[in-house]
Amino acid sequence: MTMRDRALFALVALLIAGTGFLQSWNAALFILNYGLISAVMALGVNLQWGYAGLFNIGVMGFSALGGLAVVLIAMPPVPEAWAAGGVRVWAGLAVGLGVIAGAIAIWRKLGKGRLRGIAMILWLIAGFFLYRAIFDPAVEAIEAIDPAATGYLGGLGLPVLIGWPVGALLAAGAAWVIGKTALGLRSDYLAIATLGIAEIIIAVLKNEDWLSRGVKNVNGIPRPVPYEVDLQSSAEFVARAQDLGLDPLTASTIFVKLLYAGLFALVLVVLLWLCEKALKSPWGRMMRAIRDNETAAAAMGKDVTRRHLQIFILGSAICGLAGAMMITYDSQLTPSSFQPLRFTFLIWVMVIVGGSGNNWGSVLGGFLIWFLWVQVEPLGAWLMGVITSGMADGSALKTHLLDSVAHMRLLTMGVVLLVVLRFSPRGLIPER
Amino acid sequence: MDFLNALVAFANFVLVPATAYGAQLALGALGVTLIYAVLRFSNFAHGDTMAFGTMVTILVTWALQAAGVSFGPLPTALLALPFGIAGTALMVLGTDRLVYRFYRQQRAKPVILVIVSMGVMFILNGIVRIIIGPGEQNFADGERFIVTAGEFRKMTGLSEGLAIRSTQGLTIVTAVIVVALLFWFLTYTRTGKSMRAFSDNEDLALLSGINPERVVAITWIIVAALATIAGVLYGLDKSFKPFTYFQLLLPIFASAIVGGIGSPLGAIAGGFLIAYSEVMVTYAWKKVLTYTLPDNLAPDGLVQLLSTDYKFAVSFVILVIVLLFRPTGLFRGKSI
Repeated sequence: MTMRDRALFALVALLIAGTGFLQSWNAALFILNYGLISAVMALGVNLQWGYAGLFNIGVMGFSALGGLAVVLIAMPPVPEAWAAGGVRVWAGLAVGLGVIAGAIAIWRKLGKGRLRGIAMILWLIAGFFLYRAIFDPAVEAIEAIDPAATGYLGGLGLPVLIGWPVGALLAAGAAWVIGKTALGLRSDYLAIATLGIAEIIIAVLKNEDWLSRGVKNVNGIPRPVPYEVDLQSSAEFVARAQDLGLDPLTASTIFVKLLYAGLFALVLVVLLWLCEKALKSPWGRMMRAIRDNETAAAAMGKDVTRRHLQIFILGSAICGLAGAMMITYDSQLTPSSFQPLRFTFLIWVMVIVGGSGNNWGSVLGGFLIWFLWVQVEPLGAWLMGVITSGMADGSALKTHLLDSVAHMRLLTMGVVLLVVLRFSPRGLIPER
Repeated sequence: MDFLNALVAFANFVLVPATAYGAQLALGALGVTLIYAVLRFSNFAHGDTMAFGTMVTILVTWALQAAGVSFGPLPTALLALPFGIAGTALMVLGTDRLVYRFYRQQRAKPVILVIVSMGVMFILNGIVRIIIGPGEQNFADGERFIVTAGEFRKMTGLSEGLAIRSTQGLTIVTAVIVVALLFWFLTYTRTGKSMRAFSDNEDLALLSGINPERVVAITWIIVAALATIAGVLYGLDKSFKPFTYFQLLLPIFASAIVGGIGSPLGAIAGGFLIAYSEVMVTYAWKKVLTYTLPDNLAPDGLVQLLSTDYKFAVSFVILVIVLLFRPTGLFRGKSI
């Protein structure tokens, strides 16, 4: 780390502290926590793009899978739903997977010719109807059970922190499937394929009510930290807070956010250490060699497609982990809140602005861009307030301008990205 | 009679809407593919360029409506379309000057240009939402139907009706005219030929005295026209909402890639393939099957293969299948 890098990190710390002094410490800690999560996501994207040059714009999908894992691990199970159709649903899914595996087997076993295509299509059609015949009634039975409160299978009722590694695993599994099909094709094709899979994952979360309650959302996911109400009713905590001169309400919210910050920071530090070790190992040098010249690396005996698959899975797993952390922090899963601009392209802005290929850069980008994303709105509101101060109250233009403040952040992000790409294309902390 | 009824139901719910949608996708995919062929990158801002063009058209439409101008039975938006195209052309030329040209001169890698187009996408997204807002806008006026279901029933005596909305007819007619013009331009005019030469072999084209900046500028103008027309037709047929246009990126890219990116003919074929598959897979076939199958075989359920929310999955699956079995696309995409 050079002096300049330290200064940049100090600047971010100052910005967050400034928020604490000028707005509130709750707001500052909110930015810090989401900044930590964003930094983890950016590390994942940096692994794929910075180390290996893989163009993954399905970050949203992998994060959402991580979030789903938290629900599936931490929520209490719904025994009635399990009795109604739990086994049948999973049996249906197993049949579906079996059909696909069978189709692949048919394709491989039968020799070239028309027979192969016809046999596979017939098998797929028959398999599809069998799958729907098992799956559909089971889903209906599950979703009929108290739809206002549950209407889904629930989770396993395990501690929520187990959901984090599971989220990473789930995302890694999805990445394996996509990587197997789309890697080895041209880079833009991988981009479109990942964009598509992300939309499909969100569509699944929105529509498969038996799994994730769909747009009814899952609320009240158990937390790894104490609840604010419990803290406020604990005599010991209230006494401590008063010693520090804080009122118990604020103290409890800040305390909870600090605990989260500790957890997230722990994850970030471990990951950052691992990523740095990997980058500076023979493996990391090999990855960069492949990125810079695939043909030369292949000539040296490196299996380019396999290495790409490996790093694609690792990076996606990190995105899944970050998604799991985020859903734990929100303690609710709202599938309709997943928007590609916020969950995919914003992460890309973080990596590019921070400096692709440099882990510290990605972390810096994660904090800095997240800070901007949050603070552009109040800044924009202030700016618009100044611009419109001369206009008559209630005029259509004034109302319109004041309403449009919410969209300033998109504009700002685009401008930041373009300016960095133009004048400092290697990012704030370039690759070394 | 039953067979005719089935045919009419099929035409009403699948054939007509899918053809209109396919024409819209094809126009969008043509824009993507032209940019790819001449400027050699995948333009992620294309969906938002469509949104921008549609927004300009809508604003002019409102102005015309306020001034009392109308286009008889046709939507006023058609009168506003040239203004929309002009505005969008100015916008993309400005973007090229300010943003893309720098990287072209640097001979930056295509993927850098893709990331740059992501930045442009953010900015356009923001601008559109700031100017017209994120909500839904309906700007279709004029005659609503060419044939209504009731008229059709009276005319033919069938129990099924066939409704053709004027926006659907308009989409198809416009698309045919635009595509014919584009192919005529690319095949027979001097400028079109220079565009094809440039896309085929840049160095050779430069050597024969073709001005690259002129080719690029003309490509951008054509793309602006295609994007605006596609966006306005889609908006007339369905409705305008910035986020929907952003989401159109996926089926449009799927169309371009499935057809063979860089090939205009492929873009059209891909657009229709994606549109027909999307509509057919998400359509509930109960009605058609009840007419065609004998009574004892008539289905109880809706016979819908996938719920409409999974329509992105259809584009995606077709894309993956084509990429696996024919990575260059149906029409062996290379250059225009």
